Amino acid sequence: MATTAEPAAQVSESAFREDVRAFIQSNFPPELKGTSNALASVESGAGESEPQRQWREAMGSRGWGTPTWPAEYGGGGLSRREAAILQEELAKAGAYNPIQGMGVMMFGPTLLEYGSEAQKKEHIPPICRGEIRWCQGYSEPNAGSDLANLQTSAVDKGDHYLVNGQKTWTSGGQWADKCFCLVRTDRADKHKGISFLLIDMDAPGVEVRPIRMISGMSPFCETFFTDVKVPKANLVGEEGQGWTIGKRLLQHERTNLSGGNAMGRLGGPTLGELAKMYRETDEHGQLADRVLRDRIADFEIRWAAFLLTARKAAEESKAQGGVSEISSVLKKAGTKLGQERAELSIEIMGLQGLGWEGEGFTAAELAGVRTWLFGKATTIYGGSTEIQNNIIAKRVLGMLDHQ
Amino acid sequence: MAVLNDEQAMLRDMAREWAANESPFTAWRALRDAETGAGFDADAWQAMSGMGWAGIMVPEEHGGSDFGWMSAGLVVEELGKVLAASPIIGVTIAAWAIAQGDSDEAKARHLPALASGETIAALAVDEGPRHAPGKIGAKVENGKLTGSKGFVADAAEAGIFIVAATDGLWLVEKGEGVSVAGRVLADRRSHGEVVFDAAPATRLGDAAMAEQMLDRARILTACEMLGMAQHLFDTTLDYLKQRVQFNQVLATFQALQHRMADLFAEIASMRAAVEGGLEALDSRRRVPQAACIAKARANDVLNLMSREAIQLHGGIGMTDEYPVGDYLKRARVLENRWGSSAFLRDRFAGLAGY
Ligand SMILES: Cc1cc2nc3c(=O)[nH]c(=O)nc-3n(C[C@H](O)[C@H](O)[C@H](O)COP(=O)(O)OP(=O)(O)OC[C@H]3O[C@@H](n4cnc5c(N)ncnc54)[C@H](O)[C@@H]3O)c2cc1C
Repeated sequence: MATTAEPAAQVSESAFREDVRAFIQSNFPPELKGTSNALASVESGAGESEPQRQWREAMGSRGWGTPTWPAEYGGGGLSRREAAILQEELAKAGAYNPIQGMGVMMFGPTLLEYGSEAQKKEHIPPICRGEIRWCQGYSEPNAGSDLANLQTSAVDKGDHYLVNGQKTWTSGGQWADKCFCLVRTDRADKHKGISFLLIDMDAPGVEVRPIRMISGMSPFCETFFTDVKVPKANLVGEEGQGWTIGKRLLQHERTNLSGGNAMGRLGGPTLGELAKMYRETDEHGQLADRVLRDRIADFEIRWAAFLLTARKAAEESKAQGGVSEISSVLKKAGTKLGQERAELSIEIMGLQGLGWEGEGFTAAELAGVRTWLFGKATTIYGGSTEIQNNIIAKRVLGMLDHQ
Repeated sequence: MAVLNDEQAMLRDMAREWAANESPFTAWRALRDAETGAGFDADAWQAMSGMGWAGIMVPEEHGGSDFGWMSAGLVVEELGKVLAASPIIGVTIAAWAIAQGDSDEAKARHLPALASGETIAALAVDEGPRHAPGKIGAKVENGKLTGSKGFVADAAEAGIFIVAATDGLWLVEKGEGVSVAGRVLADRRSHGEVVFDAAPATRLGDAAMAEQMLDRARILTACEMLGMAQHLFDTTLDYLKQRVQFNQVLATFQALQHRMADLFAEIASMRAAVEGGLEALDSRRRVPQAACIAKARANDVLNLMSREAIQLHGGIGMTDEYPVGDYLKRARVLENRWGSSAFLRDRFAGLAGY
């Protein structure tokens, strides 16, 4: 059986690859080659250029920005193998996936699992086309690691909820069209009193105040809700199911955060290449500073092992049909390595790697400082490293409190 | 805490009080956000000089107090705690170099003006983005200095430069043959590229004296870093004792208690190393080794402390409004000054002969 199936699969694979190549050839604007808008959605509200818009629309029309999502809602409907081929071909062409953001990373997959048919029909296609920006209304001033302590209330008013309260650290809140929010529908029960609600950011009573970050940008906001009317149709799942749905969404967030894309290396040079640009080399083209060379190699070996761990976790999860135990270490391990990489990068460059603005620094150097500073957040958001450690110790290792 | 004499204890208390009342973190923030490009507040420097801090290493006969390195270090540490911007390190080291130097004329001309706060001095040693005293290209021919220096602190404000050239230390006044181009680093202080083009130079001493000067700069810089680390530790501890999550203050979580206990031990080690450096300078014993120990420990502990401070504050530590980020940025600049840990470990091993 397998012997006859394999060639057929290969034939269709290579046909698919041809299709992808042809698509990139005729749709990817060459001037975008080697660029990426991956950071744009996180760090700024920068508008799109004309070629960027064309490329987004082209990818969106095929659903290839969300390649494995069902085609009936605007996704690509591709198999994992096909999605991998698409990824390979994009990389080869110096192209990128223009459809990004929280809608793709976390909200979409969650809605596909928990949303009603009507909600999926309404919200998934615009995510697949990259038309709608979503933000995450979870954290509040007194509900950070202890997220279930959230107090923003949604009171049942018959055909709508009336929402009051404050969210904080809302990434991209000032540019978002909509917000997926955790709200309190019942004061009596900490966890079962939480519901998952979708709120229009331009609804009357929603106000955002950008907060400046140490990297100098203001990518997140305080978000205030004052008597905001939210239609009941915007409740995902049932009242009181918000904690379950909200946690599922966090799993998607963590998987994405540990994937290496938030790790400050968006196609830039490797540490070794960077060091060869900024430091002396010997007659063999190797770094003259052997101590630095050793530290870079030490880092790269641990990074390679991390990538292998991530791959293994994915394979195990697939084979077991559930989440592999080692998945629980990926977020903390990946973000720690990302921060190490950034610290090593600026160390390699010396003061040249600490430029803030003005004369004397390349754009890459100035961006590197921001990456280093912004990267400090990766071990805080999406469940901090300490909270990950608590989860690993208690749930995975069974190290429970003494009773 | 080092054992201080009465004079030193008084000076430290005075510096602590002045920093808290007259130059709190908000003063630095106001200066930064005014975006005038000034590296420090000239009035604040006049006030500091008025209290005698600019002249701590200036001999009494030239208008200073000659209080010694421990005293200078105590003041610098207190200023580091509040991130006060001042040219005190450059001025103090320059005063030492001129006072030790070969030129009586330079002593008479510059020391009183340094002590009074009138003249700002900057140290121009490194020529690239990393500390590399073994790779100096600046040359003096017929009393004229030519070469360029990178990332010189307070270069724009400086009236005089203490310059390392191939054959030792020289003094150059700003003016003929000197040009400065500003560089804005993440710490938002004043830094500049300085080009000397046949600038008239006065000889201060040989290459050995340049080495001695660098050891002093390492130790005094470590004092500023000690103040910063101590402040970050104190505010982090305060924060953990206040912030409530899961119906309890964060300070009650054992995982965080252990983190703070580890940091406490590290800062104790840093303080002992830095104070050991100051004692070595005042007693002139094993100064090169003590400088490596002080600055390498300062680099490593402040690096750790600045990362931990952000992490343990959670989201609020990432905001510009909160002070922690400014300490982190200043920390990395100072870690690079006068030797990264890798440089200092190499030097330490070399001094010990292995
Ligand atoms: C850049 C950035 C973007 C963000 N974007 C969003 C967003 O879009 N939407 C959103 O809802 N939120 C967002 N957040 C918020 C983020 O999820 C919270 O910052 C995070 O949950 C931590 O909460 P906190 O900041 O209140 O820190 P706290 O919970 O106060 O934690 C402070 C420190 O204590 C530690 N700690 C807490 N509890 C324990 C414990 N039990 N045991 C041991 N250590 C503990 C933490 O790990 C941390 O080190 C963002 C945060 C940042 C920094």
